Amino acid sequence: MQDFVEAFLNIEIAREAAPILWQGLWQTLLLSVIVVPLGILGGIILALLSTVHSAWVRWPLRVWTDLFRALPPLVLLVFIYAGLPFAGLEMGAFGAVALGFFLNTGAYYGEILRAGIESIPRGQVEAARSTGLTRWQALSLIVLPQAVRNVLPDLVSNTLEVVKLTSIASVVALPELLFQARQAQSVTYNATPIVAAAVAYFILLWPVVRLLSRLENRQLAGR
Amino acid sequence: MSNWDRFLDSFFNLRVMADQLPKIVDGFFLTVVLALCIVATGLIAGLLLAVVRALGIRPLNWLIIFVVDLFRALPPLVIIVLLYFGLPAMGMELSGFGAAWLALSLVLMAFAEEVYWAGITAVPKGQWEAARSTGIGFLPTLGAVVLPQALRMTIPPLTSRTIAITKGTALASVVAVPEILGAAQAGVSFSFNPSPLTLGALAYLILFLPVVILGRWIETRFAWKR
Repeated sequence: MQDFVEAFLNIEIAREAAPILWQGLWQTLLLSVIVVPLGILGGIILALLSTVHSAWVRWPLRVWTDLFRALPPLVLLVFIYAGLPFAGLEMGAFGAVALGFFLNTGAYYGEILRAGIESIPRGQVEAARSTGLTRWQALSLIVLPQAVRNVLPDLVSNTLEVVKLTSIASVVALPELLFQARQAQSVTYNATPIVAAAVAYFILLWPVVRLLSRLENRQLAGR
Repeated sequence: MSNWDRFLDSFFNLRVMADQLPKIVDGFFLTVVLALCIVATGLIAGLLLAVVRALGIRPLNWLIIFVVDLFRALPPLVIIVLLYFGLPAMGMELSGFGAAWLALSLVLMAFAEEVYWAGITAVPKGQWEAARSTGIGFLPTLGAVVLPQALRMTIPPLTSRTIAITKGTALASVVAVPEILGAAQAGVSFSFNPSPLTLGALAYLILFLPVVILGRWIETRFAWKR
């Protein structure tokens, strides 16, 4: 027990590592605030394109989506970060993470929003158009708001996954929470900083998990 | 050298690719083995937790809910790193493979338990009551009446979760497991050419593209009837 506390819950080391862990936590929050909207933007673009009734749009879109859903995000990130500089495209850790998340999480958000749009009966668009709204207005003012409401649990769930996924930025040396914790761990030879990081992730994301459980249950009860 | 030649030389360098192919193929099979281990362990452990939860023992259920929440809230990479770098301090040495397997199995277990549990609670109460009133015991009712109906409903959400989590096998490269990504990165630093990464990306596409397409089909085939 003494050894366990020494190795995992060492107050002394936690206090020492606290400043850089704080920095990491802020980086994680900052990163999330940037990549989540980026992914949603990518998703909206893909979902809107999916409403176009043309095989020339539909098939490339499907290939694009499946491609970025099949490629593990870390593989995509490493490819962008370590591969593209060989082609003269140097974009740094932050740029690589932003691009990788845009491509990967955009595909997931896109699929969710597409399902939401498809859940809205055609009559809604026809009614909106018949009152004089343009196609674009009908889509953005009538269909999208209802679509988002229908797939809200999936959107929240995906956003939770995206925030968790920011931890892979540590692999390309972006100083977010996990990276800082590993730095502290390798300096002190003690796992306490990683435990502290895990606790921070848990405190940050537990409310979201609880909310999600309730949303999912409500969705289930409504069927 | 024109730009195009330079591009080909960087990303589709056949000499480098031929050089690194055996290692990537080894990595491919390691990824498959790791993924299968995770799927088997995670899905079975999740089902066991859901069955225990159905027994309705209060303190035990709180514990299950906490464990499930914990592994839904923590990033998988954090769990892998914690197991790999943390456990040796307790005298428990875990290989990179072992750490990745255990961590991702726990994550899949947590998500699977949620889905199974949602399925079990979605089976109408009348089914329970009818089965119990004919004299069938609790566990046989659960196993023979409720679960078969519940499991069918869980197939679409479980499929997409399972695919997402098995893609996490790439995270094992962080703890020095020579699976596809690990082998490809080693190849890049060995040959100072990113072609092994292209090869690695292709290997992942060969592995996961059919799975993603199959998953899409399963999701529509077994979709909830609204």
